[in-house]
Formats: sequence, structure tokens, C-alpha cells
Amino acid sequence: MFADYTLNELTSIFAMQGFAGLILFSIFVLMALGLAIIFGQMGVINMAHGEFMILGAYITYLSSTVVSEYLPGLFNVYFFIAMILAFVVTFALGALVEWAMIRHLYRRPLDTLLATWGLSLILQQLYRTVFGAREVGVSLPDWMMGSYAITDMIEVPINGIFVMVLTLIITLAVYLMMQKSSLGKQTRAVVQNRQMAGAVGIDTEKVDRYTFGIGCGIAGVAGSAFTMIGSTGPTAGQLYIVDTFLVVVFGGASSLIGTVASAFTISQAQSTMEFFLSGSMAKVLTLLTVVGILMLRPQGLFSLKIRR
Amino acid sequence: MPFTSIRELLPKKDLVGFAILALIIIVLMPLFLDIFRLNLIGKYLTYAFVAVGLVLCWGYGGILSLGQGVFFGLGGYCMAMFLKLEASSPEATAIQSTPGIPDFMDWNQLTELPWFWEPFHSFTFTLFATIAVPVLFAFIIAYAMFKRRVGGVYFAIITQAIAAILTILIIGQQGYTGGVNGITDLRTLHGWDIRTDSAKYILYFISAFLLFACLFAAQYIRKSKLGRILVAMREREDRVRFSGYDVANFKIFIFCAAAAISAIGGAMFTLQVGFMSPSFVGIVPSIEMVIFAAVGGRLSILGAVYGTFVVNWAKTSFSESFPELWLFAMGALFIGVVMAFPNGLAGLYQSYIQPWLKTFINSMLSKYQQYIPAKFGLGKPAQEAAK
Repeated sequence: MFADYTLNELTSIFAMQGFAGLILFSIFVLMALGLAIIFGQMGVINMAHGEFMILGAYITYLSSTVVSEYLPGLFNVYFFIAMILAFVVTFALGALVEWAMIRHLYRRPLDTLLATWGLSLILQQLYRTVFGAREVGVSLPDWMMGSYAITDMIEVPINGIFVMVLTLIITLAVYLMMQKSSLGKQTRAVVQNRQMAGAVGIDTEKVDRYTFGIGCGIAGVAGSAFTMIGSTGPTAGQLYIVDTFLVVVFGGASSLIGTVASAFTISQAQSTMEFFLSGSMAKVLTLLTVVGILMLRPQGLFSLKIRR
Repeated sequence: MPFTSIRELLPKKDLVGFAILALIIIVLMPLFLDIFRLNLIGKYLTYAFVAVGLVLCWGYGGILSLGQGVFFGLGGYCMAMFLKLEASSPEATAIQSTPGIPDFMDWNQLTELPWFWEPFHSFTFTLFATIAVPVLFAFIIAYAMFKRRVGGVYFAIITQAIAAILTILIIGQQGYTGGVNGITDLRTLHGWDIRTDSAKYILYFISAFLLFACLFAAQYIRKSKLGRILVAMREREDRVRFSGYDVANFKIFIFCAAAAISAIGGAMFTLQVGFMSPSFVGIVPSIEMVIFAAVGGRLSILGAVYGTFVVNWAKTSFSESFPELWLFAMGALFIGVVMAFPNGLAGLYQSYIQPWLKTFINSMLSKYQQYIPAKFGLGKPAQEAAK
């Protein structure tokens, strides 16, 4: 399949597809980070994660509409306000869901899966009722438009670069939070030994609620970033949920570095193959490979060795 | 044989339950419903197969599979391939550029039948493949996962991913599978037109009898030693393993059994509804099938059938009148059944209706016992009351 192209063309193709893969990678990382925190740290499957992401996207869409209508002067920076708003709202909803639903189901992980699926159906229909079934897009400020030409054959879109930088910052922030902050330390303590953590005075219920909320909040920020590169519909979250679960499991559920590494592998493999095969076959081959590897190595790429 | 008598396999309580269900499905429904509604019920019956399989592997085995649609679909596709080949004889497809191949292949510029379609000219092979292909597929998945002691949530995610992969594959390979429309326009089975009303009646009864065969098989598994090991495994896997049982083999068996039951349902679906499409394979239908079993009661094989009826009846009537409310109702159903009624309809029946029924019957018996001839035998409580 490579024979039809010259070497120079092949380099450009790989560079361009690699860049497209990096954008996909950013989405995967942003979605998977939230999931990895919730699933890896708490063992809870949140099937409504995609819908939390879409909530963030809709909030960004709303703020873009409101800002361009009433505060046109702020339009160049509205995105940052929207992102903070998205985080706050999804964090609050996540904490509410944890309080109302998840905390009763910690001993029944399979049931959590079904209950959160129910939640995702309700949210989807809610979006459809409120925002309509059509996909909506935000208008980008001028400085995010256009693309940056590296050579005459390789061009990279600026909004893509922006999303990648954003991903980098958020990933670093999450990493620092989990490693350095007191909440992160408490979370990890609860994961490793819940009873002992409770015995030394950590409020495990509160930690659970904050962890779940932060996981959802990151999903909201992911949704915000998602609007920069694609349009948002009520069911857009469902499209990514299986992929992201595979990313988290493939990376080793409780390892953030593993999540990033597996998101990179999967997104690059998929987008590079997409150029040479049809899109659906590229996806089938990627997912099949991941499932195959998971069958041989169920603990994922990076696994944390802890006593259970 | 582990069972010495039928009574042991089917205690009085279960026997009554089976009899009532049989009365409803085989006698009452065909008597009181017109053929359109009956065909709809027939469609629900085929979903009930999947729900019964899920009760076995999820309720008893503790293995939640979110990919039962895969096995339902594979069974259905095997049957659909045979019917499609019969419907596309060279005479019937003379206007195509390549006569004798299914129409969607012709539209996709295929000039000969792919190799894996060839064996489906034979009906015997098709019947065999309908069960064998899904079971083999299930075996490969289960063997790879359970032998490495992967279970629980991981297994659910992997099965879900497999459902997603198969759907993308079927939709993507349009020339070989019929794509997103699936395999449609199925007409005859050995020259017997399956679209007529009489054929629909016959297929309904075949589905009903097959369903009861599966229910009896499930009851057999439930009451046998295997059933008890499954429950033990669900509760304390380690202890069962330390007692010397190979846990993985039991899990593999029950997963394959559930796949086989689902596949029969899929094949009957194709026959009754007349098409098969990827919309019965993917993530959403697969997880909906779990809710059928959950609503019915994850530990009750008869409850699974009722659960399937209730959910699908609600879905049909909601989507006819308030389509936008249906997803809300469905979501609430998922949450409610998990949070409030983990044992579903069967649990509600056991904790509310059954005690009430018992006191009601007993009070009736003691009230009217002088009118009941002694040779019919009074119920035990009534005899005690008489003392």
C-alpha cells in the first residue's frame, strides 16, 4: 500500500496523519483522564462520562452565544471563562450524582454500570429536549482560525495546537494534583486501603465525592476543548465512550501515565491507518488489536502492584 | 442422572409458574390478539431468549455480558444468509449484472459469492452454524478472559467493545454483509413463504416451544449441582477455587450456554420479522437486553420472560404516543431497577404478592372447607386449621 507514494509524500502523509492523530489523542486523553480517575481510583464504571463531556461542550456553546450577544469585547477570551464554568457545573453535577446514586452502589460495580447507563439515557434526552437534535458548533475567535504552515506540504490548524497545549496543561495539573495535593494523597490512600485510610482520620466518603466530581469536571473541560475541533450533538458522547474505556483499561486502570501512553498508541495507530484503509476498517483493526492484547495481558500496559 | 424424579427438577411452585406462562403464551395470546400484535409478541419472545441466557450467566454466574446482541445477531445473520441465498436464485435476480448473488452484493460491484457465504446454501449447515458460530465465538472470548481470571467489570467492557467492533465491521463491509440496512427482503424457507399470516402463526408457535425448551434447560441447570456451583462462584469465587473446582471452566460453559440460547432467539427473530440488521448487534441493543433480565428479576428465568414483555410493551406503546418520553422512562427504569428493586418483578412478586396470595388462599380454604369434598385433599394449612 506504500508503493504508490514517493518518500517525500509518505513523510508528509505520516506527519499530517500524525498531527490528526495528536488531536484525537488530545480528546482521548482528556476523556480518559476523568475516567481513569473515577475507574482506576474508585473502581466505578461511569457510563455517563460521555454525557458529562457533552454537558461541558453545551456550556461552552451557551457561553459563546451569550458572550457574542452581550459582551462582544470579551469574545477573544470567552473560551477560558467557558472552560472554568464547564468545570464547575460538571463537578457539581458529578458530586450530586455520587451523593444520590453512586455511593449506594460501591459494593455492586456491575449495577453502577447499569445505573449510570440509565443516567446517560436521561441526559441525552434532556440535551435533545433543551438544545434540539441538531448538532451545534461554537464560533471561534479570530486568533484561533487558520493554520500554520511548517513546510509547503505540511500544515497544522491553530485550534488543534491550542487543544493540544490545553491537554498538556490539564494532564500536568491532574498529575500534580494526584501526586502532591492533599486531596490526591488522600485519594490514593483510600484506593490502597480504604479501612486503614478511614482509621487514620480521612473522611473516605468526602474523598469519594470529590474524586468523582473532579473526574466529571475534567470530562466537562474535555467537552469544552472538544467544541474547538468539532460540533456537538446529544449523542456525541456515546461515540467515544467505548474507545475511552478501552484506552483506560489498555493503559492499566490505575496508572495515569499508562492512560496517556495508551491514548497515544491507540490514536496514532487509528489515524495513520485511516489514510490507507477505510475509516471503519482502521477503527476495527485498532480496537481488535487492543482487545487482543488485553486478552493476553489483562492488567494493561502499566499496572500498579498493590495488595487487594 | 442427578434427578430421580420430575418433582425434584420442577417443584410444585415452579410447575405452576411454568404452566401459567405456557397458558399465557401458547393459549391466551394467540386467542385474543390479531396477527399483527401476535407477530409483535413473537418478536418479544425472541428477545426473551436473550434475557433467559442473561439470567443464567449474569444472575447465577455473576458474569455481566454487555455483548449478548453479538450472539443474537450472529444467530440471526446465519439464518438470514440462508434465506437471502434462497431469495436470490438466478431466476429471481436475472436483472442483476451478476445473477444468483444477493442484491446488495450486486450493488457493491461484487461479481461472485464470497467463500463464507457458500456453505449457507445448505439448510442443515445453516441450522448447525446458527448455534455453532456464536458458541465458538463465545468460547474464544470466554476462554481467553476467564482462564486469565479476568472478570467483573473488565469482562463487561471487553464484551461491549466486541459488540462495537462487530457493528462497525458489519456496517463497513457493505458488500459482504448488507451494511447498515442488514440483510433484508427475505421471502421463503424451502419454498415455504414466511410472510403469510399462517406462516407467522406457525413461526410464533415454534418460537414459543423453543423458548420453553430453553426454559426447561435453564431450569435443569438451575436445579442441578452446576447451578449451585455457579451461585457459590458468584458469591465467593476463591472458596470455590480452593475447594478444587476449576472456576474458569464453569464460567466458560455458562457463557457459551447463554450465547447458544441467544443465538436461537436471533434465528427465530430473522424468521419472524423477515430481516436482520446491525441495529440488533451493537452496544445499545445489547445493554437493553440486560434491562429485560433486570426488570424481570436477575435470578428468575420466568421473570426474564415477563420482564422482556413488560419493557418491550412499554417501549412500543411509549414510542407510539410519546417518543421523546421513552428515553427518560428507560433511563429511570435502569436507575430504579438497580437502586430500588434489584430483584425486579420476581422480587416484588415474592415479597408482596406471594405472601398475600398465600393468606388469601388459606383464608378461603378454611372458610369454605366444609364445601370441599375430602377426597380432593385440603391444603396443609387448612387441615391444621381444622384440627
